[in-house]
Amino acid sequence: MIVYLMRRIGQSLVAIMVMATLVFLGVYAIGNPVDVLINPEATQSEIAATIARLGLDKPLWQQFLIFVKSALQGDLGNSFVYGRPAVDIILERFPATMELALVALTLSVVIGVPLGVYAGLKPESIGGRSVMAGSILGFSLPNFWQGMLLILIFAVLLGWLPAGGRGETVQVLGMRVSFLTWDGLQHLLLPALNLALFKMSLVIRLARANTREVVTQDYVKFARAKGLSTRRVVLVHVLKNIMIPVVTILGLELGSMVAFAIVTETVFAWPGMGKLLIDSIKLLDRPLIVAYLMLTVLIIVTINLVVDVLYSFLDPRIRLSEVKG
Amino acid sequence: MTGEILATGGESAAPLRRTKADSPLKRILAAFFEDRLAVIGLVVFVLIAAFAVIGPWIVPQNPYDLAQLDIMDGGLPPGETSFSTGGTYWLGTDEQGRDMLSAIAYGLRISLLVAFVSLGCAITIGVTLGVVASYFGGRIDSLIMRVVDLQLSFPAILIALILLALLGRGVDKVILALVIVQWAYYARTVRSSAIVETRKDYIDAARCLALSHRRIMFRHLLPNCVPPLIVVATVQIAQAISLEATLSFLGVGVPITEPSLGLLIANGYDYLLSGRYWVSIFPGIALVATIVAINLVGDRLRDVLNPRLQK
Repeated sequence: MIVYLMRRIGQSLVAIMVMATLVFLGVYAIGNPVDVLINPEATQSEIAATIARLGLDKPLWQQFLIFVKSALQGDLGNSFVYGRPAVDIILERFPATMELALVALTLSVVIGVPLGVYAGLKPESIGGRSVMAGSILGFSLPNFWQGMLLILIFAVLLGWLPAGGRGETVQVLGMRVSFLTWDGLQHLLLPALNLALFKMSLVIRLARANTREVVTQDYVKFARAKGLSTRRVVLVHVLKNIMIPVVTILGLELGSMVAFAIVTETVFAWPGMGKLLIDSIKLLDRPLIVAYLMLTVLIIVTINLVVDVLYSFLDPRIRLSEVKG
Repeated sequence: MTGEILATGGESAAPLRRTKADSPLKRILAAFFEDRLAVIGLVVFVLIAAFAVIGPWIVPQNPYDLAQLDIMDGGLPPGETSFSTGGTYWLGTDEQGRDMLSAIAYGLRISLLVAFVSLGCAITIGVTLGVVASYFGGRIDSLIMRVVDLQLSFPAILIALILLALLGRGVDKVILALVIVQWAYYARTVRSSAIVETRKDYIDAARCLALSHRRIMFRHLLPNCVPPLIVVATVQIAQAISLEATLSFLGVGVPITEPSLGLLIANGYDYLLSGRYWVSIFPGIALVATIVAINLVGDRLRDVLNPRLQK
């Protein structure tokens, strides 16, 4: 186990290093870093001072060491627009994105699993077929288009829910969250549903495929033969066995949800990290872009690591084959 | 040539369903056309592609030639007649009096161009690296696959955004970003099927004939890895169209002078809330129809070409 853990942590560190190097090369080596890192509105003396402070007059490898050193200390430069450390600004927006991603994840499981199990139990019924057709649409329609349709239907035509923003928030453990107020919940529902739709389709397909496999197994036949009610067979015997793959895949998908939140946040004007990234790209606020990328890479790599390790606890075959391989 | 490829590929597996057709290609095509939805998908896609190719010669105006636009015609709903030319705007106009039907024809061209050019480049790079990795194995293999694994552990949209944030907007830059995002899928697909093929006798035979590595890889090995590649390519082309639209919608993709469907939708987004739905909805429908049509074809191809489902 320890060998596996060390290996996996090593791989994650390599991934972070490689991405950091690529981001560094992208900013420092392609084009002139003076243009990239220094505010275009800075005066001549400010430029000279910043060049000296960032060490831009030094050779590339020394600059790389400086970049790594300050990144390790949590310093990724000051934002041009806000004039404050970029990392701080992103961390302020982090709870909004995480709240959105977690609520979306919950929605995709709570709605996706029952639909998938239903479609797996009755694959030939009209209901089962329409669930599958719906999941194909969830896969194929671009995320932003689904979001626009949701706004058009629920905010413009029906007028039930607000079209954007975060609504009223409350302070919990030092973070502002929306889901505890009625107004906030209303604002949260559409963006969370938008972010959830793609994953929901994935969950439906996974749950359906696994249900179809599980219902033919001997233990399900035995449970039926014992005279258990269909309800008990489905809720206990089938559900338990399909949840392992669903939970694993979803864990890995949480990282991509943080990335896809960029689209949802832009469509719904949700004040999270993703909207901040798009705004920063438009305003050419490069330190913020670099900080967003490094933090997101860190988040995704960490999530992947945690899910892999947890999974190997649940299923010893994984870690054994990894150590051998 | 294609018949030959599919002939060797089909040897190990029994046909999907016995039909009168003799060659595996004919058999696969027959199986494909059995599914009504897939045929509809194919027909819709061919129509859309044809509209994109000949569009500029049949639509009423060039939407980016300012001399042809009339500000008087701005914001007309679908079916209204033009004040200047007397022609009908079947899908309405945007703020500048641009005919949406014409704008969609031009936008579709850019969307499909970006998707297919990036598909071609990504397949070339991915397939070459995948075949090389599986054929030589060892260090080359683990190096290439490490890069593939690393890249696939990050969401495609994030990688594309990083690149475009650094490079700026432009059709060529979007294509580059899509190539970089997509090659890894092809490399992984080809490698996984080529690694099985490399162990077979005909590759040993080819090696014994002292053929060059290049000839063995691309004339003997590669043709036997084509079926899964076709499936992945149809899925990826839909993904590419969707990703390009998303990037352009976010304002980091194609430039304003060459709007794709995604950018047209973004431009109309502001008017959507005020009720001028047509500026955004019609390009959206064109986009969705394209993607769904390709996915329907891809779904069927996956069933037809998957040896595990053949009984």
